[in-house]
Amino acid sequence: MTKINVTVDGVSYVDEVEPRLLLVHYLRDVLGKTGTPIGCDTSNCGACTVLMDGVSVKSCAVLAVQADGTEITTIEGLANGEWHPLQKAFNAEHALQCGYCTPGMILASADLLRDNPNPTDEEIRAGLEGNLCRCTGYENIVRAVRRAAQAGAGQ
Amino acid sequence: MTATAESPATEIGRARTRKEDARLVTGQTTWTDNLVLPGMLHMAFLRSPYAHARITSVDVSAAKSLPGVVAAFSGADFAEEQGSLPCAWPVTPDIVIPPHPPMATEEVRYVGEAVAVVVARDRYTAADALASIDVSYEPLEPVLDIRTALDESSPKVHEAGNKSYEWVFANGDLDAAFSGAPVVIERNYRQQRLIPCAMEPRAVVSSWVGDDVTLWSATQIPHILRFAIAAFFGIPEQSIRVIAPDVGGGFGSKLQVTAEEVLAVLISRRLGKPVKWTESRSEGNMTVHHGRDQWQRIRIAADSDGKIRGLSVDLLADMGAYLMLVTPGVPILGAFMFPAIYKMDAYSFRCTGVFTTKMPTDAYRGAGRPEATFAIERIMDELAAELNLDPLEVRERNWIRHEEFPYTTICGLTYDSGNYEAATARAKELLGYDQLRAEQAERNARGDSVRLGIGVSTYTEMCGLAPSRVLGSLSYGAGGWEHASIRMLPTGKVEVVTGSSAHGQGHETAWSQIVADQLGVPFEDIRVLHGDTQISHKGMDTYGSRSLTVGGMAVVSACDKVIAKAKVIASAMLEAPPESVEFAGGKFSVGQSGAGGGKDVSIQEVALATFAAHNLPDGVEPSLDSDATYDPENFSFPHGTHLCATEVDTETGMVTIRSYVAVDDIGKVVNPLIVEGQVHGGIAQGIGQALYEEAVYDEAGNLLTTTLADYLLPSAADLPSYITDRTESPAGNRLGVKGVGEAGTIASTPAVVNAIVDALRPLGIRDITMPCTPERVWRAIETARASAAASNGAANSNGGAA
Repeated sequence: MTKINVTVDGVSYVDEVEPRLLLVHYLRDVLGKTGTPIGCDTSNCGACTVLMDGVSVKSCAVLAVQADGTEITTIEGLANGEWHPLQKAFNAEHALQCGYCTPGMILASADLLRDNPNPTDEEIRAGLEGNLCRCTGYENIVRAVRRAAQAGAGQ
Repeated sequence: MTATAESPATEIGRARTRKEDARLVTGQTTWTDNLVLPGMLHMAFLRSPYAHARITSVDVSAAKSLPGVVAAFSGADFAEEQGSLPCAWPVTPDIVIPPHPPMATEEVRYVGEAVAVVVARDRYTAADALASIDVSYEPLEPVLDIRTALDESSPKVHEAGNKSYEWVFANGDLDAAFSGAPVVIERNYRQQRLIPCAMEPRAVVSSWVGDDVTLWSATQIPHILRFAIAAFFGIPEQSIRVIAPDVGGGFGSKLQVTAEEVLAVLISRRLGKPVKWTESRSEGNMTVHHGRDQWQRIRIAADSDGKIRGLSVDLLADMGAYLMLVTPGVPILGAFMFPAIYKMDAYSFRCTGVFTTKMPTDAYRGAGRPEATFAIERIMDELAAELNLDPLEVRERNWIRHEEFPYTTICGLTYDSGNYEAATARAKELLGYDQLRAEQAERNARGDSVRLGIGVSTYTEMCGLAPSRVLGSLSYGAGGWEHASIRMLPTGKVEVVTGSSAHGQGHETAWSQIVADQLGVPFEDIRVLHGDTQISHKGMDTYGSRSLTVGGMAVVSACDKVIAKAKVIASAMLEAPPESVEFAGGKFSVGQSGAGGGKDVSIQEVALATFAAHNLPDGVEPSLDSDATYDPENFSFPHGTHLCATEVDTETGMVTIRSYVAVDDIGKVVNPLIVEGQVHGGIAQGIGQALYEEAVYDEAGNLLTTTLADYLLPSAADLPSYITDRTESPAGNRLGVKGVGEAGTIASTPAVVNAIVDALRPLGIRDITMPCTPERVWRAIETARASAAASNGAANSNGGAA
């Protein structure tokens, strides 16, 4: 077991974990932060995307021990009093149906807008290539990210 | 919640943002895998590495002795109680339905079939312990190709052989239609095997308390699942509660009674502890039922003006290793859709269901209808090419004209409404069809290395499953009704209980809009409850684009009853005879309101008065709550015209969708935002079949596409932006609505493939097998070029000899 010190959604945790424990299982099974879902086991779908020190990572491809000393933001910690512009935009543009990919899609979009606050539609599509959605056909996700960008989500 | 500026006066028709989203965008969702119960154990399954083998021994003792492992079982441990997974659709009287034990006991028949299970304190320990289970197999020959599986020499999947059933339908004089027909075209099309890939993997939690079990499952069908567990596994129905919490997509894949659900119930009973199982994606790709997988032989006879005389269809359908819930019925749903929107004198259909040593197939978005629509829309293009007609022209010469509705098709279906002319005209306009045809001609003339293709799909489909009598006539094992309840709360708020079981469709929002209009209560005051058989005790669940056309109509019927009950009490409150009381906009009134002498009382006031029950008329029950069960009189027939323009690079085989136009007629729209989302997502899945997706088994029967790195779901970067619009011919139900959940998927696959073939037809190509990957397209082009060169060479050498 290895001792880790991680801040998740503003709360700091100290835990002893198995070295092989995946970050996503640490979040879900140890901390009970089930807002981050798991959609695959090969890091293709991106449903488990979280921000690690502000940068998007697929939490199924990170070991909990690798998160030692970092600050993690999950979908549960994104709103700050009111919904984040991306959360508002996903609702307004109907960018989700079943909603299973949504946490990862929103956090990947947050990182995309941090890199590029005013992306074109093509840049949005390319930037979200690592996040799969089976419901929406992506059209409304692109619209939502564009809307959030216009609302200054990436500023 | 806001509505768009151009909101209509009614709730129906408003682009309401969804009530569901609040929990989904904040991570507050209750996915089944999120559940934790005190003392809960975790299951992991050991699965067959062989496509076909006899099990000679299973030894779980080593696994059992590992730290943290509570139990380990083989199929033999449950042989007495695990029964057989049900098939609800015995399509013919002599259909072969082999036993399908949830855990294999004697023989395994596909890679991934469960042979043993470990139950442990956590998921890692359970997964680790699988390595300590010792199974001996005696490998048998796999059966992988349905085209040879019926040969005498083929190994057998089941003792009874590899044929499950043959189902036929015929109407009209086919011989007369084909004999002497100026044009007869025959094609063989492949419907590749697909994996549904809902983003939420399957998950199950089962917990017994005393004699009662609660089963949480990522399912589309909590009600059918409860019935099945009672009917087929001997647990009293009243002791079973099934909960479908938030469910992350289904597309038919969660319309199933699965081995894992049944075993979770049995194992948690035996251990007296709650158990959970959540599949990994690679486990799911192997063991969630697959879709499609047919070889289609289709023949069309036509007059020289393109008028269809007759159509003949012969299908081989891969059932996989067993018949699951509706496995054999899926191609039969397609039987009624090959004639599509076209008039003809004769039609014959035959489907042979064939067993193989692969994962069973079953419903996947569209279920039978995408397959049929693909074949007819592909061969209509072939007919157009044969006669040198525009593909839309040949369709127009054959389709049912709008003034001919209602129209009874050669299959005996009565299409209630439609306007193919209007949808097609609009789609042509949106695409710029004529300009693109001109551009195509110009580029073809100069031999452009990137070819432009325009694909057409003038689809219809039958959904809104379904009139119970029709299901009965097709030997389906249940009815097709839906149930709803309205609970009028004392404070004037409303609970709507629906038997529909949403898993992304937005029923909480759409049903609120329907009820707001019916009862005249604010949208915000309505809450929709679903997916728990203890709350919604009766239902037929969500699949086959049935929720609005059947479930929504049940909600309307329940509202009618509430109003009828409330009118009696309102008339007492208004001191007027019931027949003089009018109900509109949430108010019961007598006389001219606002003109003096008029009086009214709101439905909320009636609800409170009913709760108090102090002054109800004699004999009136103090309740407005009402139930309704609605059985539709007909299917729903959405239709539309989808046009796809592709750029095909003849040097690389790369296909790029340049524009995609979808004009759909789905009747009246409750929520345009939700409808547009359904259309987008449907198109995306259809494009997935056309260009990217295929479940591939190797020659030993191993699934090669177990991960999302191998099974290619399209990403945002792979898909185009869609241009959508609607035409509207109201359906024959009171809401005027049609289904929309599957339409996009049904329409888009042939539109895309027709576009690719249209681009390459000048090179002599008339088909490309799906998925149309760059490699396949490139090979088709190279083959066509080689054969053109050979014939040119032959012509030249002849010339030289002469």
